[in-house]
Amino acid sequence: MDIFLQQIINGLVQGSIYALVALGYTMVYGIMGLINFAHGEVVMIGALISITVTSTLAAAGMPLGLAGLFGLVAAMLTCMALGWSLERIAYRPLRGSPRLTPLITAIGMSIVLQNLAMIFWGRNYMTFPPLLPKVNFEFAGTHFTLVQVVIVLLSAALMAGLVFLVYRTKLGMAMRATAQNPAVASLMGVNINRVIASAFVIGSALAAVAGVMVGSYYEIAHYQMGFMLGLKAFTAAVLGGIGNLAGAMAGGILLGIIEALGAGYIGDFTGGFLGSHYQDIFAFVVLIVVLMFKPSGLFGEKTGDRA
Amino acid sequence: MLEVTGLHVAYGGIQAVRSITFHVNEGETVALIGANGAGKTTTLKAISRMVGATGDVHFCGEKILGISPHEIIRKGIALVPEGRGVFPRLSVLENLRMGAFVRDDKAAIADDIERMYAYFPRLKERADQLAGTLSGGEQQMLAIGRALMSRPKMLLLDEPSMGLAPIMVQKIFEVVRNVAAAGMTILLIEQNAKLALESSQRAYVLESGEITLNGDSAELLHDPKVKAAYLGE
Repeated sequence: MDIFLQQIINGLVQGSIYALVALGYTMVYGIMGLINFAHGEVVMIGALISITVTSTLAAAGMPLGLAGLFGLVAAMLTCMALGWSLERIAYRPLRGSPRLTPLITAIGMSIVLQNLAMIFWGRNYMTFPPLLPKVNFEFAGTHFTLVQVVIVLLSAALMAGLVFLVYRTKLGMAMRATAQNPAVASLMGVNINRVIASAFVIGSALAAVAGVMVGSYYEIAHYQMGFMLGLKAFTAAVLGGIGNLAGAMAGGILLGIIEALGAGYIGDFTGGFLGSHYQDIFAFVVLIVVLMFKPSGLFGEKTGDRA
Repeated sequence: MLEVTGLHVAYGGIQAVRSITFHVNEGETVALIGANGAGKTTTLKAISRMVGATGDVHFCGEKILGISPHEIIRKGIALVPEGRGVFPRLSVLENLRMGAFVRDDKAAIADDIERMYAYFPRLKERADQLAGTLSGGEQQMLAIGRALMSRPKMLLLDEPSMGLAPIMVQKIFEVVRNVAAAGMTILLIEQNAKLALESSQRAYVLESGEITLNGDSAELLHDPKVKAAYLGE
């Protein structure tokens, strides 16, 4: 029972990060039907920028907490600029071309970004500076850290903020209208290009935060870290129903929990043959099962109603 | 108010609209009638910049053929698109708010929403319902209300009677005539020629992308050629 609860908590933490990244996938898909496979790389760039800025400032004598805050803000601003540029340079010229073209471009952008990161930051794993004091909590036989608590609370706050933006502001209404009928939204005076760009910028800001979270959680970052994380967040978005905000959040958390439980029990189930480092298979088993039995995902709207 | 000169639209190799010229004066309702595929919708789409076109379109003396689609409504032209084009997963109220997207005067927007509810009491009953769940006629009311929410100088109506029950068509046209009587300039596109001619002062007949007839609607109603081709008499 202790393992079960413990793994639920671990899964919740990991799942919050998946959810933040999944929101970026789902917002872009919802508005323009594009799966931006370079989104995982935005997470990676966010993590690496925050390491560089934080350690530089800390080395110059700034208190670590404050340096970390600057690192986070720098990561967000860089990623927002990166998301905006990705849309402007890679995807906008392909608007109206067959769906496969921007998809392949997205994979291409992902490779470009990984290689650029490798050139800037090198191939080695980088240690993430400990931004928060190592405080441990104990509750009902489970253990968790301050970093974990902060990850869950900050994700929840950001998701609440996003829901407010999308459902309670004029920009959010324009985003939803554009997703449903871009031609008519444009007749209403909505600048479609600006709405699409904001989806990229907002998604990238969330990705940057997720990057800093992953970095501080595992205390490590690397130019390839975005690839697997991106695929899993994409899986989470599909699990929840891609294009649907609530789906991305629920899908992310659910995937985190499934993975954590899988990792916790896989040893027992296979008699020790497979260890917890096989946890990655669960995400993709989930992806395959969802695609086979409910391709529209848990909260998925039926397709074909883009009136 | 609206002056269209030599408007030409081609899709691929097909010439949908061949160099047509017409105008709409302030306060007037002008109908553009013609058979399916004559180029009526294409003409409206060209004016509202949803398709590319050559020629000249001036609105209130200003050339509007080169501007972005989202700028058209800021010039004072609101289109009620063919097939209504309501946002299906936005509520009725949100659809009306989208109509006022270019406006910032919150209090006046709230007043206008009440005005639309007075025009269309059915919309008020369904304010919080998703627009996709409305009947065709209700969606048409919503589309007209949404267009009026921008406080346009001119309304372009694309086939408001399409796919609606006769009783609903009567209701919609009653609204169109009321809006016109309140001083709105309207360009009306309609396959139902009789209804269109009865609701307008002047009309143009479009055939295979060309204007073949024009004149006072009352006279066209009695024109033998129009009677034979469009009124089924």
